[in-house]
Amino acid sequence: MILAVDTSLGTAVALIDADGGRRAEAGAVDPLGHAEVIGDLLVAALGEAGDGEITHVVAGMGPGPFTGLRIGIAAARAFALGRGLPVIPVPSHLAAALTALESETAPFAIVTDARRREVAITVFEGLDSDGLPVVTAETVLVRATDADAHLDGIRRIDVTTLSATDLARVGARALAAGRTLTGDEPLYMRHPDVTVPGAPKRVGT
Amino acid sequence: MSEPLVLGIETSCDETGIGIVRGRTLLSNTIASSMDEHARYGGVVPEVAARAHLEALQPAIDAALAEAGVRLDDLDAVAVTSGPGLAGALMVGVGAAKGLAVSIDKPLYAVNHLVGHIAADIVTADSAPLEYPTIALLVSGGHTSLLHVRDLTTDVELLGETMDDAAGEAFDKVARLLSLPYPGGPEIDRAAADGDPTAIRFPRGLSRASDLAKHRYDFSFSGLKTAVARWVERCEAEGIEVPVADVAASFREAVVDVLVTKALAACADLGVPRLLLGGGVIANRRLREVALERAAAAGVTVRIPPLSLCTDNGAMIAALASELISSGRRPSTLAFGADSTLPVTEIQVAEAVPA
Ligand SMILES: [Zn+2]
Repeated sequence: MILAVDTSLGTAVALIDADGGRRAEAGAVDPLGHAEVIGDLLVAALGEAGDGEITHVVAGMGPGPFTGLRIGIAAARAFALGRGLPVIPVPSHLAAALTALESETAPFAIVTDARRREVAITVFEGLDSDGLPVVTAETVLVRATDADAHLDGIRRIDVTTLSATDLARVGARALAAGRTLTGDEPLYMRHPDVTVPGAPKRVGT
Repeated sequence: MSEPLVLGIETSCDETGIGIVRGRTLLSNTIASSMDEHARYGGVVPEVAARAHLEALQPAIDAALAEAGVRLDDLDAVAVTSGPGLAGALMVGVGAAKGLAVSIDKPLYAVNHLVGHIAADIVTADSAPLEYPTIALLVSGGHTSLLHVRDLTTDVELLGETMDDAAGEAFDKVARLLSLPYPGGPEIDRAAADGDPTAIRFPRGLSRASDLAKHRYDFSFSGLKTAVARWVERCEAEGIEVPVADVAASFREAVVDVLVTKALAACADLGVPRLLLGGGVIANRRLREVALERAAAAGVTVRIPPLSLCTDNGAMIAALASELISSGRRPSTLAFGADSTLPVTEIQVAEAVPA
């Protein structure tokens, strides 16, 4: 079985069989509170999946609001560490695209909230021979009000919950094809929000 | 379970701490610090710290297990800091602790960071057991707290805390005023070495009779920082070279004086002849000297864990959980989060209710 964890939107946990069949899924839609629910969702999903050995852990790497996003990655890595399993990092938008392709025709754009009045956009075009969604325009952050102009007619699919089952499937297909979909660094898309301080402010007398 | 083997995870500020203890025996105190990454910003940047925790956790856990010579299977429990601290940083540790505990199917204890600082003392080798009650003064870049500890696992009371900056923050800010690098503590210490601590009489925050009525055990360092800034500006305005050594020594003396005076006042008021020091600012030699000297004069015994256990670390978190387990406490449920303002009275978070 493959375990997948994602906290780029709500909190999503799933287990699939080696052949991609869904064994268990547990989630919370709340875009906050990931730290509170992640443990119980893992327990619930493992319980629902029943017997069977987990071979890999898929971590959804975002994009997503940083504070929440990291919780799922930390949990996925620690779970993998606990059982000596490899972690497969997967961009979360690929899972959303796989879900969308069940009912939508490509091309389309996956659009998620990136906070600060911005959205994250990735444009997709069908599946490749490995069964992985084809990215035709890499993920970018765009002001929410500029998104439609940016997409210039490409249909947008606004996503607020993620299927961890599809995230696991993307990971499984990448594994089968021997492909690495992203690195170990979360898809932060922004630098930490800091500035190097200048001279101390005067306080006057 | 008399000697539980516990792995503790601490990510409340800029140190990723993984500690492993067996009962009261320290097996590993592994710390990965992101301090260097914060240096150019002149202080801890929460987002930078949280990113660094995520990167550092797995290697730190591996290193701690290797040093302790134990396997994850051997553990009796996992422990994690639930708060207080930086929310985003705490959440990385909470996520990891839950993932690990569920993975290896071991109980999880969510504990209080400040009480952890006290627990650091019990895993200090060759030290006599902690005696109760004790007053604890915890001073770092993140907190300045005075506690009355009647029992480590059940009864800790907050006597006072800083109303504005933590003492460590004051050191960092004054270092900047004097054009000294971050972190400020050791830099101020170095600069103060040749200075006269009585050269300038900087104010002692919340020490006037009128303040003492309401804030007897509380601290305030922002007025002191402003006083130093004014002093430096006046030198500049008058074209006098800032006597960095004297300013550093006088500033440090003001901080140390307030900390020690209030801690010993608590000892005297409550009739507790024991003082425990903790937190990274305890690295300041002058603070230790003055505390030891004035405590001796007041008939108060001082305990100071080794510095590696005074700064934020995972061993203290594991040690606190180990004490909780030994005293029969149930594990936490998995339903807790990070609480950046967790009160010190909540020693353990989300203890499960009996079935
Ligand atoms: Zn601390």
